[in-house]
Amino acid sequence: MSVVFEQIFQVGFLAAIIRIATPLAFATLGEMFSERAGVLNLGIEGIMLLSAMTGFTATSLSGSLWLGVLAAVLTGALMGGVHALFTVALGLSQHVCGIGVTLFSSGLAYFLYRLIFGQQSVPPSIKGFETLPIPVLSDIPVLGPAVFNQFSLVYMAILAVPLAAFVLYRTPWGLSVRMVGENPRAADSAGVSVIATRFQAVILGGALMGLAGAFLSMVQFNAFTFGLVSGRGWVAIALVVFGRWDPWRSAGAALLFAFVDALQLRMQASGLGHIPYEAFLMLPFIFTIVAMAVMSRNAVAPSALLKPFRREER
Amino acid sequence: MFRLEARTSTPAWFNLALPLLAIGTTLVLCSGLIALAGAGVIEAYGVMFSASLGDSYAITETLVRATPMIFTGLAVAVAFRAKFWNIGAEGQLLAGAVASCAVGAIPMPGPLAMLLMAVAGAAAGAAVALVPATLRVKFRVDDVVSSLLLNSVIFYALMALIEGPWKDSFSGYPISPPIEDSANFPVLLEGTRLHLGVVAAFLASPLIWFLIVRTTLGFRIRVIGENPEAARYGGIHVERVLISTALLSGALAGLAGVGEVGGVHFQVMSDISPGYGYSGIVVAMLARLNPLGVVPAAIFLAAVMTGAEAMSRATGVPAFLSDVIQGTALLAMLVALLFTAYRIRRVGTAK
Repeated sequence: MSVVFEQIFQVGFLAAIIRIATPLAFATLGEMFSERAGVLNLGIEGIMLLSAMTGFTATSLSGSLWLGVLAAVLTGALMGGVHALFTVALGLSQHVCGIGVTLFSSGLAYFLYRLIFGQQSVPPSIKGFETLPIPVLSDIPVLGPAVFNQFSLVYMAILAVPLAAFVLYRTPWGLSVRMVGENPRAADSAGVSVIATRFQAVILGGALMGLAGAFLSMVQFNAFTFGLVSGRGWVAIALVVFGRWDPWRSAGAALLFAFVDALQLRMQASGLGHIPYEAFLMLPFIFTIVAMAVMSRNAVAPSALLKPFRREER
Repeated sequence: MFRLEARTSTPAWFNLALPLLAIGTTLVLCSGLIALAGAGVIEAYGVMFSASLGDSYAITETLVRATPMIFTGLAVAVAFRAKFWNIGAEGQLLAGAVASCAVGAIPMPGPLAMLLMAVAGAAAGAAVALVPATLRVKFRVDDVVSSLLLNSVIFYALMALIEGPWKDSFSGYPISPPIEDSANFPVLLEGTRLHLGVVAAFLASPLIWFLIVRTTLGFRIRVIGENPEAARYGGIHVERVLISTALLSGALAGLAGVGEVGGVHFQVMSDISPGYGYSGIVVAMLARLNPLGVVPAAIFLAAVMTGAEAMSRATGVPAFLSDVIQGTALLAMLVALLFTAYRIRRVGTAK
């Protein structure tokens, strides 16, 4: 066991946690905005996959990494809009629509990828982002190289957390989002457009999910593979509950999950050979389920979550 | 002027018209992707149809493919009726496959082996479904998320088995040892793969319909789905019914895995299910959660899957089109269901 402990507080390990947490933080914040407005988005898994594909493809064809990120964000926003069209405008079941969006987006991602790149023996890859050390800060021992010698998308994720908290708690729009998620009828009486606010929140959420997808295909793997997202979207939904629909707590939940995931990767590598590696791969998922069991009793979801709003109905 | 009006009742022909409308819309929308791939739309759909329903052998192949989706479709339909959001049919199917494969590998008389495989598979599926149901009842954990996460856990458990103790020591491939020959489900038509499990699936559909529509348990399942408060007030133990629903739903999904092991693959491998659990959601929705509708809905999806592979070979359109069709059909069906709640009325331009 001491081997395991020695490896925990290494620079590489801390950096790994940050890297694993980044796409989860984007995805979790995205899901949180959507749910705070009262819309569960189970399309997250498929939206991340489709965004990862469009981001990868745009970069691969244009050679510009930031064009790829833009493509991924726009894809996420567009699919968020599709989900909002079904669940907010038409008021259809959020559960089933989300599954539909995930099935549709995943299918479309695979279809278009195969159409554009064909079936190649060696999957195409791109030259992904390189690390961008921040002067002075990256010289801090341990913390510097782990946190401040990272990719630009990692810094964006770190900045996104306080920004999300500010938008949600300190701006009029954030207040509207919380109102339409808690008491849409009161929001409506106060002159807030429930439909428009929900649309905006779900689209913003989709854009953040798009960033999560971009990170996977353009930083973590530098390629689009079929198991690219492999449940990270579902995990993000659990992390929102675990983070009690709060940006700071959600980001904390993402870090905690990333810690468990990085730990299991280390344990796989550090030769606990008699245990099958799949047992470690399961660990973060079991951890998430247990964490939800512990947390859910006290978790209070936005009151209007899952409830469509129709003005004429009382 | 047109106006949306709430509808109080829906005519019976809607049960047929809405899925057909959804499927028609889906095929029109997806024809855009075929054109994008540079193939003729009529030709591509033509190949799809003839390869899946064009001759008797193709039909048997489609029925074999439909079988697991009939079971997962029933599993989802039963669960959704009670508003138990079981998205875990995929994991329950895998658990059923593993359990039935373990039992099928034990030498014993064929009929006994098949019976025990079904029992073990159903039990394994039910046990997996019990987890999200218990978590929801005892800890108020959202069943959607827990059942989804559990799919990954079960998948890794299956991988650990076939890459570990079950690994084929001769070839080194990550596949389980085959079940006994005597445990292979009998083929019903010489020269095809039409196996006993297909008949079982076709029988399960009216059986589950009877259970839902005509029995006390079925009544309770419907009531706790439609109005849990009224159910509680009426003396129904909502939590207990929810657990029963989960057991039934999981057992049905487990049987999907049993059929694949006993009738199609005779062993377990990592890709034993190309997402049949998720397809079950599409099937159940197309069937409007009616167990009798699950069979035609599953046959439609199976035809799309079998047909897409042939279409891909003939025209070069990626076979992933079938995944897009599934997702689009689900969304189109949801929109079509709006016609059951509302009707569009022409009204005079009143001042």
